[in-house]
Amino acid sequence: MDYMDYLRKDKFPHIWCEGCGDGIALKAILRAIDNLGLNKNEIAMVSGIGCSSRTPGYVDFNTLHTTHGRAIAFATGLKMSRPELTVIVVTGDGDATAIGGNHLIHAARRNINLTVLLYNNHIYGMTGGQVSPTTPMGDFATTAPYGGLENTFDIAGLTIAAGASFVARSTVYHAKLLEKLIEQAIQKRGFSLVEILSPCPTAYGKINKLGKGKDLILNQKSQAVRVEKAKTMSREDLRGKEIIGVLADRELPEYITTYDKITSQAQRRYL
Amino acid sequence: MPQRVYMMQGNIAVAEGAIDAGCRFYAGYPITPSSEIAEQLSKRLPEVGGRFIQMEDEIAAMGAIIGASLGGVKSMTATSGPGFSLKQENIGYACIAEIPVVIVNVMRGGPSTGLPTLPSQSDVMQARWGTHGDHPIIALTPASVTESYHMTIQAFNMSEKYRVPVILLLDEIIGHVHEKVTLPDATDLKIINRKKPSGNPEKYLPYKNDESLIPEMANFGDGFRYHVTGLVHDETGFPTNDTRTIEAMLGRLNSKLDKYLDEIIQYEETELDDAEIAVITYGSSARSSRNAMRRAREEGRRVGMLRIQTLWPFPTERISRLAEQVSHIIVPELNLGQIAHEVEHAVKGKTEVSRVNKITGEPIHPEEILSKIKEHI
Repeated sequence: MDYMDYLRKDKFPHIWCEGCGDGIALKAILRAIDNLGLNKNEIAMVSGIGCSSRTPGYVDFNTLHTTHGRAIAFATGLKMSRPELTVIVVTGDGDATAIGGNHLIHAARRNINLTVLLYNNHIYGMTGGQVSPTTPMGDFATTAPYGGLENTFDIAGLTIAAGASFVARSTVYHAKLLEKLIEQAIQKRGFSLVEILSPCPTAYGKINKLGKGKDLILNQKSQAVRVEKAKTMSREDLRGKEIIGVLADRELPEYITTYDKITSQAQRRYL
Repeated sequence: MPQRVYMMQGNIAVAEGAIDAGCRFYAGYPITPSSEIAEQLSKRLPEVGGRFIQMEDEIAAMGAIIGASLGGVKSMTATSGPGFSLKQENIGYACIAEIPVVIVNVMRGGPSTGLPTLPSQSDVMQARWGTHGDHPIIALTPASVTESYHMTIQAFNMSEKYRVPVILLLDEIIGHVHEKVTLPDATDLKIINRKKPSGNPEKYLPYKNDESLIPEMANFGDGFRYHVTGLVHDETGFPTNDTRTIEAMLGRLNSKLDKYLDEIIQYEETELDDAEIAVITYGSSARSSRNAMRRAREEGRRVGMLRIQTLWPFPTERISRLAEQVSHIIVPELNLGQIAHEVEHAVKGKTEVSRVNKITGEPIHPEEILSKIKEHI
């Protein structure tokens, strides 16, 4: 495949820092879309505010860069007006689990057919490194100078509990796995979410003295455990690890499909 | 087609007006005193092939209607004061991205939770300046159930024509009062749809600055792959920091309605020709004012009324002319003088302006307006 077929070439160079994982994630998205043979006119990419939310500007689809936290809300309306479109939401940990947390859990509960790609870099990167709902407890951020005090969200667990059809996680180190998971997520009828662990060397890496982008990405390799293997490991062994792979894949009623059944009933009564 | 005659409340008339205007998507959140609009549309939209959704909060509802409008479907939400405050950031998004949407606010007393079941007209300034940054906005305000129906259609027509969010301001009285209405045959209505591009999608400029000042709008999914953002953007839709481009874009945005003021600004004049006193009012306060004016006329007092239908942009020019004719202007409204202040600005000291205000959740009694009239004539 030629990535250039999907990119707005005149919008480069991109805004992402050296060593950021977001470019690797972008390539995985484009490969997944190419594998599925989707028509560019029928893809809408919707984002909120943050580093990852700048992705739609670079891709040659119908692209919508919304307000902070609200990408899923905008995407819900778009999907309901044009169900035939493949609607992909690109968002971050701050965007989707702090300011936009309500929309994430309710879209999952409705099980509306959206694909949410949630880039988790454990920090607010674009605003300069403030603590986020996924900053590990004790880690530093510009607004956590003594280390983070709060528990973190388990994004995948949250979304599964809320009722999503498909939930998966990958790091950007595992780029081929990521591509496959995005492909599955797009194909799944219902709410699907892929948590993408994408390191931020500039903010999170620097303040926590974790090295450069390369070090952070290599660290993902040692930290990750495939879901199949994780099943054989004890809770103790899994401490500090990230489980990657498909975490939930289930058949549940999809919102618009259910809605449209109601529509036919209502129309029979009306006519 | 049988004549459509009903006893109907204002909120239901808004919902039916929306259907007849072509609205096929509604997203909302329950809030008194607007909830009947959502309830009616949850039943009616599937009947006509549209879709309804009750969102998780007011902010989400506002986001959803913007998303749906981009898909090419006329979209609406309804709320009241507290919810209107929550929607403001996304209303600004609709302003800068020029997405046609209709926002209904059935006003109740504030601030905060305030007086949820009682009438007020205290969101008129929020309608104008609620979102941050300089921006264009249209706000319409009806004074009857029949007018609520027609004005909802106008709200959609204006939002489609000028690519601007249109705010329909009812007060609790107009939202809940039941009146006899005769709805027109839907085929007799004038319905305006947004201008769509027809040329080569490769050459489409989603924010083209031409003479009309209103760019053509493509639906997402129709082959015009373009970018929409809340950042200040150039004609292509992509963000810019270039001062000249910013000036051109924000200049067009903030002046686009000026070109169409004659067709946007609407008001109703009653007995103004020989009036010495003009009552300038709107919404439910206009009903009390009409009664006061009639009684004053019966007593031989030359009183006329200007009922504002388009609150924003404000009918400054008409009021300025009126100030040269009358010796006194009275502005009754259910707030502490939000529109009176705007009237004073238009009058520029040419005549005296006095106010009749109430914020206790009761309507203004005609007697109160009449006694103010008698103080001056």
